[in-house]
Amino acid sequence: MEVILQNLTKKFPGRDRKKREDVIAVNDFSFAIPDGKLIGLLGPSGCGKSTTLNLISGLIKPTSGKIFFGKDDVTDLPPENRGIGLVFQNYALYPHLTVKQNILFPLQNLKGKEKLSKSEMLDKAQAAARLVQIDALMDRRPGELSGGQQQRVAIARALVKMPRVLLLDEPLSNLDARLRLQTREEIRRIQKETRITTIFVTHDQEEAMSISDMIVVMKEGVVQQTGKPQDVYDNPSNLFVARFLGTPPINVFEGRIQNGQLYIGEDAVLEMKDISERSVYVGIRPEGFLLQENGPLCCKLNGVEVMGRDISIVSGHPASLNPAIRSIIGADSQIDTSKSTVRFALNPRKVFLFDHETEERMAFSL
Amino acid sequence: MRKNSGSFKAWLYLLPAILFLGIFMVYPLIDVFVYSFEEGYNSASQTYWGIGSYNYSYVLRDPYFLQAVKNTFILVIITVPLSTGIALLISTGLCSIKPLRNLFQTVYFLPYVTNTLAVGLVFMILFKKTAYSDGFINLIISLFGGNAVDFIDGPYWAKMFVLCFYTIWVVMPFKILILTSALSSVNPEYYHAARVDGTSRFRIFMRITLPMISPMIFYLVITGFIGAFKAYSDVVALFGTNLNAAEMNTIVGYVYDMLYGDSGGYPSYASAAAILLFAIVLTITCINLLIGKKKIHY
Repeated sequence: MEVILQNLTKKFPGRDRKKREDVIAVNDFSFAIPDGKLIGLLGPSGCGKSTTLNLISGLIKPTSGKIFFGKDDVTDLPPENRGIGLVFQNYALYPHLTVKQNILFPLQNLKGKEKLSKSEMLDKAQAAARLVQIDALMDRRPGELSGGQQQRVAIARALVKMPRVLLLDEPLSNLDARLRLQTREEIRRIQKETRITTIFVTHDQEEAMSISDMIVVMKEGVVQQTGKPQDVYDNPSNLFVARFLGTPPINVFEGRIQNGQLYIGEDAVLEMKDISERSVYVGIRPEGFLLQENGPLCCKLNGVEVMGRDISIVSGHPASLNPAIRSIIGADSQIDTSKSTVRFALNPRKVFLFDHETEERMAFSL
Repeated sequence: MRKNSGSFKAWLYLLPAILFLGIFMVYPLIDVFVYSFEEGYNSASQTYWGIGSYNYSYVLRDPYFLQAVKNTFILVIITVPLSTGIALLISTGLCSIKPLRNLFQTVYFLPYVTNTLAVGLVFMILFKKTAYSDGFINLIISLFGGNAVDFIDGPYWAKMFVLCFYTIWVVMPFKILILTSALSSVNPEYYHAARVDGTSRFRIFMRITLPMISPMIFYLVITGFIGAFKAYSDVVALFGTNLNAAEMNTIVGYVYDMLYGDSGGYPSYASAAAILLFAIVLTITCINLLIGKKKIHY
């Protein structure tokens, strides 16, 4: 089911008694979510991503704008008539009911023509449980399950009615690191098997990048950029998106363009013929640094972290906005740790320029 | 050595409470038990004839005691479920309204802070027949063409009605207070989840709200039972001190009468009645706990 958001805006009345300004949680959000895809809504806390999810679920009503599921305008429909499945951040499993009763719960609400017989309900619940691989735990209560198992039960409960759209609110935030990795693959698998359009909210860029077909990066209620994870990573539209995506994060420097050269501090690092003189922010991805004995960028060497697959060099530079510059190089590179400085050449495809005022991305050709 | 001095200090700190509880709680409890088996005990001369179960057989054959037991049981069986049920309705209502919620909460809580005798007086005005008026309730009854009933000195059922009405009204505020706080502590995510699944309001209440607050309901039922078994001051406030004549005595009232009433001066009978009351309350509470274990899941 395609989900279309049209100029969606949600304002909450301000709490402050002195200045009753509305808080704009979601500002003019327009986006078409293609059918059968897994979409990650990504942003720092307070950016309006959960509000967007709740708008799609119908638990809150938009101030203005419209929501379509396919051709149906669902803006004014209550949540139960939208055909959605919602997985809550804390799962919201009913603690006094067993896993089976929890999964059956949505089915037992069906009335009239849709009403199912007992055995049909059981079959559907079994199928949903098998899909998320918890069919062996049907008679336990949520309190007797691990976090990952509870998560699966919550997904089974959301899926048992075969919703048109599946919504997941921070689905992995309550799991430990190992389980998180496993569960996100699981979510991906379930989504692929069911082909249900799935939207999930996360503040963890790695989570979103790893499993989404598309990501939507938000900041303060405004959509910053949408696209395939790799495209957004390779082509951030502004400094915020560039900084938000990627671990370790992008290294940002104060820079300026002078005499057709890009300067970071006193080091002329790249030729830039087509941009006039101005100051800029320079973003360099950790993998954009190339270890080179007479490279143009000279940094103070602070330490080397060996992580098996590759080496992370921690260094400092007076023009750096990050307290430490992190660059990642292959594990087989030789680095002389007895020296106090390290010199890099830069991979221009991993270097981004941003306007000093607007922080928007600036194109450059080499 | 150090360890010993430490525990000595601990006992020293506990001493005031232990002394107080020992003298005013534990010793009297044991004493009552002993009295209840001493036949023909005379408190003036501190003498008794012998030891046996005569006190119990006397009390159990005393028509006043049987009347008191009957009254107490009727009171308990009617008021505990009714007051809990009504309190549940009111607190559910309170939780689903937003405007004036605090005002209503205060209004419903007023009976709790009002003096028993003052409330008794109000009930007199509502129900009592005097030379000048038949009481407010009778006024309403006759307005609808019914016959006036004497609620205070009249037939047994009318008096029982007043007593139950009064008891329910008095215990309600506390129950509402407990239940509203229990209701508002239910995580709203459960309601959101149920709403997304299209659950009807009735089903949400029965399948989610009730089980979630069941420990609190259970607590109220148990304390309600115990409280109703101990009813006495309310009855005095409504019907005066000569409860046996009014056929409105309760078990605690009977104990009091046996000790200090006009027919009093029999501490042995009073002790036996008190032990019987203790046994009844203990049994009922144990039954409650057994049911609770089966019905309440967490």
